[in-house]
Amino acid sequence: MIVSPRQRSMRVGQYSLLCLYMLFLAFPLLWMLSVSFKGPQELVQLHPHVFPSQPTFGNYTDALEHNGLLHAAWNSFKVSSITAILAVFVAVPAAYVLARQQGLISKAGMGWILLSQMFPLILIIMPLFLVLKDLHAINTHIGLIATYLVWTLPFSLWMLQSYVRGIPPQLEEAAMVDGAGRLTILRTIIAPLLGPGIVVVALFVFVQCWNEFFFALVLLDSPNLQTLSLLLARFVGIEGIVRLGPLAASALLATIPSLLIFAFIQRFLTRGLLAGAVKG
Amino acid sequence: MTTVEQRFLGRGKGHVGVALSRSEALMLLIPALLPIVILSMVPLLRGIYLGFTDSHAGFNVATHFIGLKNFRTLLHDSLFVNSFKIGLIWAFSVTAIQFVLALGLALLLSQPLHGRWLARSLALVPWAMPSVIVAIMWKLFFQPQAGILNEMLYRAHLPGSTIDWLSDFKWALPAIILVGVWAGMPQTTIALLAGIQSVSEDMHEAAAVDGATAWQRFWTVTLPQLKPVIIAITTLDLIWNFNSFGLAFVLTDGGPGHSTELPALFAYNEAFKYGQFGYASALGDAMVVVISCILVVYLWGRFRERPA
Repeated sequence: MIVSPRQRSMRVGQYSLLCLYMLFLAFPLLWMLSVSFKGPQELVQLHPHVFPSQPTFGNYTDALEHNGLLHAAWNSFKVSSITAILAVFVAVPAAYVLARQQGLISKAGMGWILLSQMFPLILIIMPLFLVLKDLHAINTHIGLIATYLVWTLPFSLWMLQSYVRGIPPQLEEAAMVDGAGRLTILRTIIAPLLGPGIVVVALFVFVQCWNEFFFALVLLDSPNLQTLSLLLARFVGIEGIVRLGPLAASALLATIPSLLIFAFIQRFLTRGLLAGAVKG
Repeated sequence: MTTVEQRFLGRGKGHVGVALSRSEALMLLIPALLPIVILSMVPLLRGIYLGFTDSHAGFNVATHFIGLKNFRTLLHDSLFVNSFKIGLIWAFSVTAIQFVLALGLALLLSQPLHGRWLARSLALVPWAMPSVIVAIMWKLFFQPQAGILNEMLYRAHLPGSTIDWLSDFKWALPAIILVGVWAGMPQTTIALLAGIQSVSEDMHEAAAVDGATAWQRFWTVTLPQLKPVIIAITTLDLIWNFNSFGLAFVLTDGGPGHSTELPALFAYNEAFKYGQFGYASALGDAMVVVISCILVVYLWGRFRERPA
């Protein structure tokens, strides 16, 4: 293929633009990485360097030993994984209905999924606070898990119903002819075929909960119940300005699970989220 | 993308054998419906209603219906007017800048360039990060002494190297707008990229054969076909941004002097600092009104596209 000078200069332009984008996207993260490896002396120097002059793991050991980081990580893990598991059990049957039922119910369900994205959380949080208070679930992980379950459901339902639509209904018809009930069909045909979809949804719900801040801020009070986001937000307020190194290290450690999971699910995620939505 | 879509579109209708009866459907829906009703729908309706009451947090005092009193107070509350102004500036700037940047990135990612996978993965990073950590990260970036921004400005001999960006009356809002743009890049880029990839190749080729330049093809082929995606994602972005809370809470907590106090932040303070649940809910109601206006414009734009 002959490349004209004009085309070549266009390619050069495209590559430089792409580099600029990558710099914009990655630079803040790299800077935090750099700060996390700097010692206390280097952090108070007037003119900071991009690369730490004497890299140290001190901030990481500091972060892991103090501030209850591990305890908060355990809280986050507990809340997020329980929510993810519950979400699958609750969302799979409902998503099946949304995908297979053509009537009013599924239309209303899809309507709610879209509508739930429109309302400011601040409007829901006060009544939710009052409801959970009546149920004695304020400042408990159970209350937070229930809230997360409902908050992530629109996404889980949206994803799962699009996966269910990809399963040929003939399989179910055949099973029905053989006399299988609806629950049997769900358990033996739909759930196994949804396997990858279920994993993706569960992992995404996990990340959503792991990253969540607002509900945790309002619903949790006791320091020993707090999740990672909450702990880090308070860390910023109290001593973050003086102790930048441990703050950066803690923040990076807290991001690692989300980044790993995202790297794993990104391909499925974009496909499932946008299926049908683009042409709509 | 297209194969997946075709698969989805081709199915679902006319299979009598699988059709669910209404009672069956309800039974399968109950595990999802119950928590949704108790923890989402009822609170939402009650939240809308609370805006018309004098509800307080923590006090065992009866709540009274007070009609539009909260809303009259709102209109005379300069901090409220201020926060909505800031909220709209923030939402529109973030959405607009993000759209332009994301469109550029999506167009680049649809080209056969080397290293595309790396850019694509990087473009998703902000989505994977907790908003609190995004905020912490940018705080480190903006730090007046130890931050890299001021150091870069200093080394480049540019003005502004001594500014404390997040505490400066003039600069705090632009600074958090930049963070908002960064944090929301993934969703917008992915949506636009998917849209670009579903633009038909044939029309591109036909236009190329007719001698259209890349630029002309973009304006006359890609952009018109992309329009539904553009309208959908920018509308969603606008709504998400207008409701945004976490970033500003950690970065500036509304300061300095309310100059970055987004509506959600203002309502949060009213509700959980001062316990004014009724007043804060009225604020939430006002936010819903603004969002509804955005949606009406969006729907109007969509219906106009398909003349009856």
